[in-house]
Parts: sequence; structure tokens; C-alpha cells
Amino acid sequence: MISLTSPVKTRAHRWPAGVKLAGLCAATVGLFFIESLAVHAGILCVIAAVYASAGPLFFKTGLRQLRLIWVFIAIVALWHIWTGDVATGGTVILRLISALALANLVTMTTRLTDMIDVVRVLTAPLKRLGLNPAALEMAIALVIRLTPVLAQKGGNLTQAWRARSPRRPKWQILLPFTVLALDDADHVAEALRARGGFTPMKED
Amino acid sequence: MEKNVALIALFAALIAALGLIPKLTLGFGVPITAQTLGVMLCGTVLGSKRGTLSVLLFLLLVAIGLPLLSGGRGGLGVFATPSAGFLLGWPFAALVTGLIVEKWRGGSLAVVAGVASVIGGIVVMYAFGVAGMSVALDKSLVEAAVLVTAFIPGDLVKAVIAGMLTAALFKARPASVLSRYAT
Repeated sequence: MISLTSPVKTRAHRWPAGVKLAGLCAATVGLFFIESLAVHAGILCVIAAVYASAGPLFFKTGLRQLRLIWVFIAIVALWHIWTGDVATGGTVILRLISALALANLVTMTTRLTDMIDVVRVLTAPLKRLGLNPAALEMAIALVIRLTPVLAQKGGNLTQAWRARSPRRPKWQILLPFTVLALDDADHVAEALRARGGFTPMKED
Repeated sequence: MEKNVALIALFAALIAALGLIPKLTLGFGVPITAQTLGVMLCGTVLGSKRGTLSVLLFLLLVAIGLPLLSGGRGGLGVFATPSAGFLLGWPFAALVTGLIVEKWRGGSLAVVAGVASVIGGIVVMYAFGVAGMSVALDKSLVEAAVLVTAFIPGDLVKAVIAGMLTAALFKARPASVLSRYAT
């Protein structure tokens, strides 16, 4: 499974992930308190310069990630051209782009293992509420491993359908798919139990 | 314990896989991802508590940078888009859907799970989604609601499918439908 961390190494890759995440939270909240169009334009220029400083490939990848919101940009732009309140529309659009670009910047410069370390620290207090940290980490690993497995099984079912029918597979394929998934869960549970499970044996 | 962890992880993977399987066309034009169907199933099959945990686990993996949302989206950026409210509504959708299936014991499971999916997976999820959109786009709640109405028919279809699937799964693997089987 591919993560979204950029293979282009930047200085920010070595910064602690927790600091980057806290900074991102503060910056995103801050963006919603700024109303001036000029300030928003300035902020976006700075962010673009940061992306560009990491090289053209990094900049292009970052630009591609913005495709998520072009629909919203188009809607907001049309709306505000219609109502004539172009300044507000510009502020909203620039804020959207800046917030998304900043968040992507953190994702692109932080390795998955560093993120999981942050998750471990943040969820440590939940131990008191009965959350088993070993179970959480195992669950994360299981999802990463099982997603391609399930996708493959879905693909096999689709092929089997195509071999039998000239029409495209429809929702009926979901039943065997979910049954397969439930059976997988049974097998995984058995395997986990066979390897000692999550409740460590007591030492006498 | 192990079975719970396995099922929670598996349903998180199921949501991800539903985003990967292409060609799940349901007719009439509007593109729909099957991932919210996965969220409904989390509630109807796993029940309120485990269903919510499963959705939270999925969102956690998306947040730490795995491209598990449909179209290979992921990372912290998706929580900064105008549709982030929908994502934040997912765990609540699974929670409400699961609660209804657990509490409402009369009637056929297909109908109960279908209605639960409509209330949890559409009403609750859209409440969060529309609120998020109205904040991000600086629009009123009504204006934001108008923008998403095109997706409601597709979600109604998904709720019907979720109801029928849950009933069929309860026949095929009763011990795994925790919303009805487990204590």
C-alpha cells in the first residue's frame, strides 16, 4: 500500500510530526479569523513558495492534490459572480486552497511510521477508558494488510460475474463480497487467538 | 476480543475496498461511491459501538496519510475540504444506525436496517456534511443543503441495499451480525 508521503526528501521530513500537526491545527483555525483578501493572497503566495522550494516534482504533486476542491471553487466563484460580492468569494476560495495546501504539506512531509507514533502518544490516555494499545496497533496493521486482500477478492468476484454474464456486475455482487469479508474476519480472529491474543498470560 | 478487533479492522478495510472497486454503477448518472454504504453496513452489522470504532479506525488511517478514500484521496487535506463535514459525520452515522438496529427488535431486519441506514447514514450524515459545507464555503445552511441534494437519491439506493444486505448476511452468517447476535 502506497502512502501519500512525498518521496522527495525535504528538511521538514525530519521535523517532529507532533509539532507539524499542532502547527497545522493552529494555522487552519487562524485562516478562519482572517477576512482580508490581500492577506489571504499573501498567505497563499508564501505556501506556494514553500512548495516550490522543495523542487518542481514536489510542487507538481502538491498542485495535483488540489483537484479535490475544484468543483467547490467553481461553485463559489459562480455564486459570488452572480451575487456581485467578488471580494468575499475570493477570500473563501483562497482560504479553501490555503487550508488544503497546508494540510497536504504536513501529509507529504511526514512518514507513516512517524504518524503512527503520534497516534500512539495521543491515544495513551485512552488506556484508562479500556482501550488496548496493542489491539489498536494490530487493527491499524490489519486494515493496511486486508484492504488489498479484499480488493483482490472483489476483483475475482467481478471476473467470475463477467465470465457468466454479458452484463456488468451490479449490487448483487456485494453479498458474496461481504460474506467473504466476514469469513476472513473469523479466520483472522482465530489466527490472533492462536498467537496469544491481546490478553497477556499472567505470570505466576 | 480477538473477534471484535478482527471484525472492526475488517469493516474498516471493507470501507476502503468499496472505494477501490470500480464499475459499481447503479443506473441513473449521478456518480456514487460505495463507501458510505460501508459506513451504513458498519452500523447495521457491527452495531453502534463496534461500528463507530470501525469507522473511526478508517478515518484515522486516512488522516495519517493512507489514500483509502475513493479516488485515492487521503491525508490530512481531505479534512480541510468543504466536504470534510461528511467525513466527520461518518462515525455518528454508524453510531445512530447501529443504535436503531440494536433497539428496534420488531419487524423484518431488512426493513429495520434500511430505515436505520436512512436515519443514520443520510439524515445524520447530511446534518454534519451540510454544517461543514456552510462553514467552509461561508454559505447559509439552506444554501449548502441545496448543493448536496443531487446525492440524496443515490444514498437512498444505498440504504435499501444496506437493509437487504444486512438481512441476507444475518441468514448466511448470523454469528457475525453483532448488532443482533452479540450481547
